[in-house]
This record gives sequence, C-alpha cells and structure tokens, in this order.
Amino acid sequence: MAARKPVRWHIGVFLAPAVLVYTAIMIIPLFGTLNLSLFNKGADGVVFVGLANFATLFGDPRWSDAFWNALGNNAWFFVVHMLVQNPIGIALAAILSTPRLRMAAFYRTAIFIPTILSFVIVGFVWKLILSPIWGIAPGMLDFVGLKGLFAPWLGKEEYALTTLALISVWQFVGIPMMLIYAALLSIPDEVLEAAEMDGITGMSQFWKIKLPLILPSIGIISILTFVGNFNAFDLIYVAQGALAGPDFSTDILGTFLYRTFFGFQLQLGDAYMGSAIAGAMFGIILLGVCVYLFGIQTRLRRYQF
Amino acid sequence: MTRTLRLALLTSTMLAGAASAQDVTLTIESWRNDDLTIWQDTIIPAFEAQNPGIKVVFAPTAPAEYNAALNSKLSAGSAGDLITCRPFDASLELYNQGHLADLSGLASMANFSSVAKSAWQTDDGAATFCVPMASVIHGFIYNKDAFDALGIAVPTTNDEFFAALDKIKADGTYIPMAMGTNDQWEAATMGYNNIGPNYWKGEEGRLALIKGEQKLTDAAWVAPFEQLAKWKDYLGDGFEAQTYPDSQNLFTLGRAAVYPAGSWEISGFNTQAAFKMGAFPPPVQAAGDTCYISDHTDIAIGLNAKSANAEQAKVFLEWVGSPEFATMYANALPGFFSLNSTPVEMQDPLAQEFVSWRGKCQSTIRSTYQILSRGTPNLENETWNASANVIKGTEAPADAAKRLQDGLASWYAPQK
Repeated sequence: MAARKPVRWHIGVFLAPAVLVYTAIMIIPLFGTLNLSLFNKGADGVVFVGLANFATLFGDPRWSDAFWNALGNNAWFFVVHMLVQNPIGIALAAILSTPRLRMAAFYRTAIFIPTILSFVIVGFVWKLILSPIWGIAPGMLDFVGLKGLFAPWLGKEEYALTTLALISVWQFVGIPMMLIYAALLSIPDEVLEAAEMDGITGMSQFWKIKLPLILPSIGIISILTFVGNFNAFDLIYVAQGALAGPDFSTDILGTFLYRTFFGFQLQLGDAYMGSAIAGAMFGIILLGVCVYLFGIQTRLRRYQF
Repeated sequence: MTRTLRLALLTSTMLAGAASAQDVTLTIESWRNDDLTIWQDTIIPAFEAQNPGIKVVFAPTAPAEYNAALNSKLSAGSAGDLITCRPFDASLELYNQGHLADLSGLASMANFSSVAKSAWQTDDGAATFCVPMASVIHGFIYNKDAFDALGIAVPTTNDEFFAALDKIKADGTYIPMAMGTNDQWEAATMGYNNIGPNYWKGEEGRLALIKGEQKLTDAAWVAPFEQLAKWKDYLGDGFEAQTYPDSQNLFTLGRAAVYPAGSWEISGFNTQAAFKMGAFPPPVQAAGDTCYISDHTDIAIGLNAKSANAEQAKVFLEWVGSPEFATMYANALPGFFSLNSTPVEMQDPLAQEFVSWRGKCQSTIRSTYQILSRGTPNLENETWNASANVIKGTEAPADAAKRLQDGLASWYAPQK
C-alpha cells in the first residue's frame, strides 16, 4: 500500500508568525475601522446606521467640500511626485549606473540619506530654509539677484501644496533611484554588448534597451508612490499643523482624517465619521491598486534572462 | 504556592489599608508637567504643613496625551482623586458621564465670580464641578525701549494704536507688530478674541450670541475682522509663513515693537528679552469707552466622583479656593492669574500690569469656547481659518463673518 501523503504541517507553522502578526495589527484593525464606519452616535448610545456616514461625507456640502478639497490636493500631491520624483529618480539611476562615473557610491548615499530622515526633521529644516525671517532661501536668491522671486511659499495658498510636494520629492527621490538602479544593474551585460554590436549606444541604448527592461520596476514605483501619497500625513502635519493651512490649501486625506477622527483643539474627535473617511481612503487606494494590477501590470511585457 | 501568594496579597492589601487609615494620599491628575517642581517644592508642602494626615502626590501626564489618558483611567477606575480640568466641553463631558463630582456645595466656591466658574458649569449653571485655578489675559506686550526711543505714548484708542504703528513703520528700525498667520491660531486667539470684546461688549455680546439674539454678521462681530484686515500692513515681510515661535523670537530679539499676546508669554519673555517691556489692553474705539478684556478661564481642579478619599480631597479643594493658594500659584507662575475674587499680590511687574486691567475693564472669555464649538463645522477652528484669511487679505471681513455665521447656524438651533 502506497504511503499516505504526509500532512505538510511545516507550511502552516512557517506561515503562522507572519499570518498572526499581520492579522493582529493589520487585518483586524482594518475591518474594525470599516465596521466602525457603519455606526454613529444616536439618541440612545451607538446605533447601526448603515451607509449613512458615507451619505453625509459625500452628500452634506459641509463634509463633501472638505473631502473633495482634500482629494483634489492629494491628487495634485501625487501628480507632482509622478512628474518630478520618478523621472528624476530614473535619471539619477541611469547616470549612477554609467561605469565611467567617479564617486558613484558617494552620490548614491548622499541622495538616499534624506529618505532615512524623520519627517519631523525634514519638515523643520525646510521650514527654516524657506523662512522669510531666518531662512537662507531669501539670502541665496538675493545673492544671484533674484530676490524678487522669493515669496513666503509655505504661507501662500497658491504655492504651499506644491512646495510641500517638492520637499517630499527631495526627501524620497532616493527610493525610485535605488529601485531603478538595482533594476539597471540586473540587466545582463550580454544584452548590452549585443546592442553595442548593433550600434546602439549612449542615449539611444537607454531609450531602446534599458528603459523597456526596467518598465516593470517603474510600474512598481508608480504604485508605491500612489499608495504612499494617498496615505501621506506626516509632512503636512509637521509643516502646516492639523488645520493644513493656509486656508486648507494643503489639506490632504490624511490630515482631514486626523482632524475628524482624533479631534483638534475644541473639535472633539468623531471616531465614526473618521472611520468613514478612512474607509473612503481605503476604497480609493484599493481602486488605484486594482487599476494598476489588472489594467497595467498584466500588459507589461516581461523579459526572462 | 497559590495559597502563599494569596496570603501575601491579602496581607499587603491589609497593610496598605492600615497605612491609609493614618495617612491619606491624594493623587492629582494633571497635564501641567511643566509645573511639577512648583507643585512638589512650593504648593504641596504648604498644604501638607497645614493638614497633617493628608499627603498629596502630583502626577502629571504629557499635555497632548492628557485627555485620552485621563478618559481611560477614569473608565478603568484607576484615576487619581483630584482631576485637573480643561475648560468647557472636555470637562463637562466627564461630569455628564459621572466621572466628576458636583462641587457646588464647597464653601470656597463663593470666592469666585460667575464668569470664573462658567467654564466648569453645566449649561444652565446649576452645578459647578471644578474649582477654578487660573486664567490667561490677552493684550499687547510692547518694547518699552523702542516706544521711548521713538517718543510713542502707550496707545489707548484705535486711532492712537494705528498712529503708533504708523510711526514705528515710518521709522523703519522695528517691525511694527510681530505676528504670523502660518499657525493660524494666533490670528484668532491673539487677534480676533483679543480685540473683539471691545466691540461686542464682552459678556453681553458673548451671551447674546449663545442665546441667538446676536449674529456673527452683526456689526459688533464684523468690526474686529475689519480691524484685523488693517494689521496686514504692519506685520513683517513674509508674515504668511511666519510661525508662532518666529513671532516670539522676533519680539524678544528686539526686532519687533508690539506683540499681540497672551499673558502666558510673561515668564518666557522675561528670560529671553534684554529690553524693558510693557503691556497695554486692546485699544478702545473712542477715548472714554468702557474697555473689555479677554480674561480666559483656562485651568481648574475637580474631584473624581469615585474617589475613596472624597472628604480629604474636599479639604484640599477648599484650600485651592482660598486666597492663600491663589497668591502662591500666581507668583509661582506669572501669567497664570488667579480667578479668586480676592486681589492677589504679584511680584512680576508685567504680570501686575496685565492683572491691573481687571480693575478698570470688564472681563470676558473667548467667544467661541462655551457651547458654540460643539458642532460641525467647529466654530473655533473656523475662526482660526477666517481670522488668518482676513489678516492675509484673502477673505473680506464681511465674507468671513458670513461664513462663520452660516456654519454656526447649520447646527446650532438658537442661531437658525
């Protein structure tokens, strides 16, 4: 009689720690929050209200105006990252991976260092640099004769969000750079040599050979940027406070959620509406990730070396 | 093993019980961790000397965590006997949940005016649940050396105020006024609620607003915004991005002449500034008008309803309500003024100046704090935003007032 297939208990054992930890600190709170968003305070205690909180969030202009404002700002925050951070990251990686560049390790480290800094430090340092009173920005612009271009950027509705987005770009440009750099290094030399044999060198080699090969990495970076930006909160909170001034021009979903959920100054926290906002954020991010996974990633062509 | 452990536990409980029969220890919950040494070295020893048998422990939590930590301790039944009270809704909520005891019967409550008690009363004023400790007063602190050098007299009316600012601006040595709009709250707290009481006549207007007899769009409530709109020209370059610490530093470094202030700045400014300072109350519209000041009730102390040592705690609370405590507290923390009706002798000249206004002006509290900031949108937060916008000139005074009124009317029945 053939031996019965042994129970492969080790799979369960090895998965257990990760599954348990992830369930305890991610999955249960996530569903707890989604559950909480279906309740609200009624006349006598907490009552189940179904989707009424979402109806308020999207239907009552007092909530929906703030929500759409935050979503719009968040979208712009993301656009700036996609248009500035990721192209610069790719360009830096391409430059760093050229064999002729001296001191590549130094540049790589220098550019990556801001990424490991705390938001608190980054927010504080940049606020000081850009400060119209003590900052070095006005002085430096004066030095090159462009003092007229200086404005208290963080205090003006029209510039504040873009300024903060660029500060965030400065901080995190190291991440796409590192990922692309790794992808570029993993391109086998044979491919590049073959390209050279065919006379494709320099810039055209990057556009025609390397870029198609690193497209999957760029896709991953895009989705990481998307998730990171729509969950962003820290930098805005540190630089502009929970009211995301001036006049809510830097209010993103994270700060809107914080004010609602935890309260602010005299505003008491409202865990139910806060959960509804968190639920909406979860939905937006889920939607974005799904569009990427099913719409883009499956169509990317992969090359096996 | 288990039996030994149980026995040990039992013995220790009994011993602890026996100890407390002789010496009762009261624990104070507070967010004022800055004041720990003052409590330990000055206030508590003074109380313990007079009341043998009662020991007091001051156990503060970080300010930002205080409300949350206190709520969970109270629910779990592990909170201290005495609870330091935030003003208005945060403490009212605790009283309504039965965590704070009604203290209306305390004899020392008679030492406080109705305005002083309003921050820790039920809306109908029937029950008072915390003994008022201190308030902060708003006004303007100025650089006396700068005023003397430029030959400016301390302004009392609006015209004099702006004339003084014009003169400072024309001279160019000093930034006329140190304030920024980056953090927003100064615009509301040190701007709108500082100068506003002169227009809405302090308590009269504040209470009328709560009753729904006045609206934020009335002339008396729009006028402070119209004044704030004029401030823009006197603030430093790039004030839009100037933060609260920036403003403090500008003033204490002697680069700005006038600072719209709260009295809590006094001790910090005393150590930082190398020049003579003075203070003046918000200027009135015409000479001879009654002046009104924002004398905002900020801190009080109440009794945990579940305290096992309620009798001793009440002894302590009676003492907190006494003139003796008031003198001690006000001198240890200049800028936090006693709410006690008995006048308190203070050593600090700047603090004396601030508190002297109580004699000649009518006191009120910040208009947005009682009842009116319970709903969505939150009136206090909206006022921050509106005041900052008005100072920057991105929103007209009338528009800002209308927005606040619409927001308030959307949830507050008497204003509908």
